[in-house]
Amino acid sequence: MNLIENVSRRTGPHVSRRGFLQTALASGAFVLSVRFVRQPLFAAEGEAAPAFDPSLWMSIAADGTVTIVAHRSEMGCGSRTALPLIVADELDADWSKVKIDQAIGDPKYGEQDTDGSHSVRSNFDLMRRVGATGRAMLISAAATQWGVPQEKCSTEPHFVVHGATGRKLGYGELAAAAAKLPVPTAENLPLKKRPEWRYIGKESNSLFDLREIVTGQAIFGMDAAMPGMVFASVEHPPVLGQKIKSYDDKAALRVVGVQKTLTIDTFKPPHQFQPLGGVAVIADNTWAAFQGRKSLKIEWGGSPHSVYNSAPFRKTLEATSRQPGKVVRNVGDVDAAFRQSGKSGGTIVEAEFYTPHLAHVSMEPPVAVAEYRDGKVLAWAPTQNPQAVQETIAAVLGIKKEDVICHVTLLGGGFGRKSKPDQVAEAAVLSKQLGKPVKVVWSREDDIHFDFFHSVAAMYMRAAIGSDGKPTAWLQRTVYPPINSTFDASAKYADDEMGLGWNNLPFDIPNHRAENGPADYHVRIGWLRSVANIYHAFAIHSFADELAHNAKRDSVEYLLDLIGPPRIVKLDLTGDEAEDAKTFPLDTARLRRVVEVAAEKSGWGKKPRGKGRALGIAAHRSFLTYVATVVEVEVDNRGQVHIPNVWTAVDAGTIVSPDNVRNQFEGAAVFGTSLALFGEITATNGVIDQSNFNNFQIARMNRAPRHVDVTIVESEAPPAGVGEPGVPPFAPALCNAIFAATGRRVRELPLSKTKLA
Amino acid sequence: MIRFKVNGKDRTFDGDPDMPLLWYLRDVAQLTGTKFGCGMSLCGACTVHQNGAAIRSCVTPMKEVGGAEITTIEGIAPMHPVQQAWMEIRVPQCGYCQTGQIMQAIALLKENKNPSDQDIDVAMSGNICRCGTYQRIRAAIHEAVKHQAAKETA
Repeated sequence: MNLIENVSRRTGPHVSRRGFLQTALASGAFVLSVRFVRQPLFAAEGEAAPAFDPSLWMSIAADGTVTIVAHRSEMGCGSRTALPLIVADELDADWSKVKIDQAIGDPKYGEQDTDGSHSVRSNFDLMRRVGATGRAMLISAAATQWGVPQEKCSTEPHFVVHGATGRKLGYGELAAAAAKLPVPTAENLPLKKRPEWRYIGKESNSLFDLREIVTGQAIFGMDAAMPGMVFASVEHPPVLGQKIKSYDDKAALRVVGVQKTLTIDTFKPPHQFQPLGGVAVIADNTWAAFQGRKSLKIEWGGSPHSVYNSAPFRKTLEATSRQPGKVVRNVGDVDAAFRQSGKSGGTIVEAEFYTPHLAHVSMEPPVAVAEYRDGKVLAWAPTQNPQAVQETIAAVLGIKKEDVICHVTLLGGGFGRKSKPDQVAEAAVLSKQLGKPVKVVWSREDDIHFDFFHSVAAMYMRAAIGSDGKPTAWLQRTVYPPINSTFDASAKYADDEMGLGWNNLPFDIPNHRAENGPADYHVRIGWLRSVANIYHAFAIHSFADELAHNAKRDSVEYLLDLIGPPRIVKLDLTGDEAEDAKTFPLDTARLRRVVEVAAEKSGWGKKPRGKGRALGIAAHRSFLTYVATVVEVEVDNRGQVHIPNVWTAVDAGTIVSPDNVRNQFEGAAVFGTSLALFGEITATNGVIDQSNFNNFQIARMNRAPRHVDVTIVESEAPPAGVGEPGVPPFAPALCNAIFAATGRRVRELPLSKTKLA
Repeated sequence: MIRFKVNGKDRTFDGDPDMPLLWYLRDVAQLTGTKFGCGMSLCGACTVHQNGAAIRSCVTPMKEVGGAEITTIEGIAPMHPVQQAWMEIRVPQCGYCQTGQIMQAIALLKENKNPSDQDIDVAMSGNICRCGTYQRIRAAIHEAVKHQAAKETA
């Protein structure tokens, strides 16, 4: 049986790509198929860029139904809606007649890793071109049919109109004729002018899947199924890299519903996205698999990572942060400026900051369904990166990646965890052994114990203060196990991560040096929403506020002084960052503006706040988006922190769905609250100490900010990120508010470590 | 043999009586609108109604549902005023926790026709949303009150 056909009806909404095209062709659909221009957006490393092929992205059926392919994953940020909206706008389609077809993993779509807040940024121009191509061909078909010049024709949603005679033809009626026409080149393609946009930037946009979500019909990875599948739960090695010495499954096999146990080999370093290894319990249902695991007796071998204990590791990181590191940005001469300051009796301020590991805990734990058959794999997974699923399974099973078909369900949250498909590979490995489809379900405990953790970090900050209270020199040093260690077991420096808030300080300081010190890894390290920006922003913006108070200056005025006059900040960047900087230079006018807007919205310096209440501010640019956040805090006499209000100002350039953007930044304030108040993962002898929402807490409604006000600063700049950039400024703004309210400077997270009363 | 009703339909179960209702609903009855989040009654993603009251199905063993009337999100006739409000306020981001949130909110509004912010906090703080949509959930519950009132006077 064909793997594609062997998909349960329960996965119905996700029609296979191949099936979709066949249906579209059979119904005389408008399927553009001419390949012609190299698409420079997709110049992936080592691979030829896919050609521009509009039929990959869109088709129009004779009944007028427009089907648009979403090639990015939906994990709650709105990408699956936003990209098709852009196509629909340029096509001038009626959104109510649009269906979305979720793409499988395939390099023909270009890069598909839904991370780094760049789905809209990297695809805006391409999606416009896809829609505009369709519109131009429909107009051409109508003009030919009417025997009038194309220039005399226009469109209204889903119709081509001839203004002079009032004649109209629907897109469905024109589809077959349009499909036979040549595809216009990019140079000759008319794009809408900004005021003509019907969907881009409009308040009316809402998530495509909204109705399915609120009625329980939406299909997440947890809901995917295949006929004849069995359920698996895997007991992983408690310490990274351990192997099974021996195991006894007799008691497990007696559990009602348990069928058998199987082993999965421990990865060979580097771990990348390979399965961790362990013993899988195969059962009739998820519960039986969970129960069976409790009765397994496993003896594990040794691991070099069993030395991992968080308290001494912290001391190591801090000691490293006090030593010179690798220089990642150098402006002026910091050492000379410190010497000069020493001679002239100037003030030197030093501070150290520490933030622990965090876990992602998306509400849907890792889960996947896969079937291995005849050397091929069919998988359904809530993945941010279906091509990584293909590559990982291909590598683990020794098959071609083209022989791995990965369908993407909705994701019950992702936050970076679901860029790593180790659990999908587990399902494929088990299916190969069993000869039937396997659903692997991770428990919450599995999710927390075996995450790709947000890194633990220590930062050292040092500034020499001039007579005007502003720094004449600013040294910053960061030390943390890098994400690179996931791909290279010897990696100790965070080279690729320096752009995440460390090599691009936007302050007007004559002498500045940023450094990065080495660190070993002992758990899997990975991306978490806004990544290293979290600790970098915490150190930089807490320190900036500390300097403001030392200078007895207002925090907002001082911050604006630090940012300095409107200008493009000179950065020494290479590779992708240098490429990005051409379109997205670091513009302090935009940073100043968000600071001013957030301060004004909050009534900064205008209203008395009452006992124990105060405001704090931080402004941070990440994912090319400028964000300033003011947090109002109330610290009660027991030292409990309440957050009545948050004001965030955002300049993310051109926006597709404003209401969704507000929702992202409202959520970022809650995400920031969780990590600031509670977020801490620790290890003892290599084993993670936390296990569920009781000991790794997430802000609930009663602890979340009462009100988050998001102001989108109007901008016609190219679109930048919205999913992540709300997170970094939150924790420093909160801690700056706590200092203003209590006089206590918080230099480590979470806040539960600092006594506030 | 355990006999009970799910969304008005008679059901029987003769498997492991300790199996939580959640896994019966998801893996046996294939009603997947009810979500797994923690397995310990800590997050509320698995919230359903037992005889009209909100319960956490992940810690409710099958042996305790004998004779009960269970309602899941699939048993709520759309559009319920709460679902309608959820759409108008555009609450969801990823959406995974939202069926549990909606079931909890429906149960709240059955007991309290016009809850205050404080009442909402108390009723809803057992339901975690990692995307952080709490502000919209609160607004949607207030909005649902208006829809419900309009429905009752109609």
